[in-house]
Amino acid sequence: MKFLTSIGTAVETIFNHTGLYTLTLMQLLRKLGSPPWYARQLLAQAEEVGVQSLPVVLLTALFTGMVLALQSYIVFHRFAAESLTGLVVSMSLVRELGPVLVGLMVAGRVGASFAAELGTMRVTEQIDALWTLSTDPFRYLVTPRVLAVTLMLPLLAVIADYIGIYGGYAISVYVLDQNPVVYIENTTIYMELEDFYSGLIKAAFFGMLIGVIGCTEGFNCKGGAAGVGSATTRAVVISCMSILVSDYFLTAWLFG
Amino acid sequence: MIDRVSGKESGEVGNDTPRISIRGLCKRFNGNTVLEDVNLDIMPGQSTTVIGMSGTGKSVLIKCVLGLLRPDAGEILVDGENWLTLAEHEHLERMKRVGMLFQGAALFDSLKVWENVAFALLRRKVGRKQARERAHEVLEWVGLHDVGELMPAELSGGMAKRVGLARTICHKPDIVFFDEPTTGLDPIMSDVINRLIVRLHKGSGTTMLSITHDLKSAEMISDHIALLCHGQIHRIIPANELTSDKDPMLRQFVEGRATGPINCSPWGKKIEEVIDR
Repeated sequence: MKFLTSIGTAVETIFNHTGLYTLTLMQLLRKLGSPPWYARQLLAQAEEVGVQSLPVVLLTALFTGMVLALQSYIVFHRFAAESLTGLVVSMSLVRELGPVLVGLMVAGRVGASFAAELGTMRVTEQIDALWTLSTDPFRYLVTPRVLAVTLMLPLLAVIADYIGIYGGYAISVYVLDQNPVVYIENTTIYMELEDFYSGLIKAAFFGMLIGVIGCTEGFNCKGGAAGVGSATTRAVVISCMSILVSDYFLTAWLFG
Repeated sequence: MIDRVSGKESGEVGNDTPRISIRGLCKRFNGNTVLEDVNLDIMPGQSTTVIGMSGTGKSVLIKCVLGLLRPDAGEILVDGENWLTLAEHEHLERMKRVGMLFQGAALFDSLKVWENVAFALLRRKVGRKQARERAHEVLEWVGLHDVGELMPAELSGGMAKRVGLARTICHKPDIVFFDEPTTGLDPIMSDVINRLIVRLHKGSGTTMLSITHDLKSAEMISDHIALLCHGQIHRIIPANELTSDKDPMLRQFVEGRATGPINCSPWGKKIEEVIDR
């Protein structure tokens, strides 16, 4: 009986949270249609999400590209197809790993920060204070954050793609002694613009997920410091899971 | 004798509309009734303080008036207009006339002190230079010099409260709400805050609604005091009659007795059972 109750509670929680995220998204779309838009807040958040996330994104992309090149080379060497290393590295990064890894990194850094910041503002009545100062808290806090992360994630994904491909190139050419011309040719000849675009669409979608989940958890936070902690944990876990699950469906839709 | 709702002397005929009129306000949380048929009128320029035990719904009352909580029933009339029927953007427009000092000051951590104080002006497209000048002027008024460039985290509790007060009045509101203005402050700083509130009230004739359980503060800053008890406004008296009023519930509250007509643990056991155990 206890087991069934816990399953029921879990299902109810999932539906509750999904409902909250949907409401946030609907409210966001509605409020985007009319001023005020708080451009200064949007720029500040874009700087926070984009520029401040660069180091972690660059490091992750560089080493992922390097590992991919190493692993692909070892496998392709078994049937003398080492020249395909560049293609595998670039395709994997542009279509899949670039947006997903950037999404996961940003979910950990930015999603957590959104939830913690808005959660603290909620429990210390700063969100209520905004209302009493005739400022719509949703427009001022949530809209710029969700927009910033939705717009910046594709840019981060592009940078991650380039850095990852360069990491793979560096390992293939300087460590594994592959021909640089063949590596670059194989990378560019087989790659189509569609591969690049699909990665960008995915990145923008993951950005929206991170923004909506992080902001919803923080904005609706209850229960003091413990509540802020739980909201932050939920924001990161749910964002990461949503990215991985939605990645499958997006891939099936984009390439199906 | 004072009328329970209007706070006016019996027989006094006033044709002026109350600035704030709370009618039949009810609010429940998870089946627990916190406010039940609350009625209270505050006339223009009047300062009314609602006192009551912790957990009786004083903060809920003020949040309902400000639109931060949606009541289950009742009306909030401000200058005759029901704020509960307003659309969100209309409500926000009305908030331009309102100031609110929160219990913990609720300063924005990411903004400098002067930006906090001038927040409402900056949102109204007042130039930054002009807004900064006004912020420093109001900070001077609350007795704070050279703190404009500090961050809220660098302020003491008393300073934060005064900055909160400066933010509350910077845009010259004509209705001001105070949520526990002196809670958590030492007696001297409490007196400073009380005197500033009195100065504001006398100087600008602002209509004020405060909630507190600090009786000294209530007596000092109010024209009228209302006792909120068991979810309802039980009694309204002139502030100078707080210590002389004979109402048993008010007496119990003023004397700070655990036993009496006020049930100290409304959702639990009778308090006698707890303290005599």
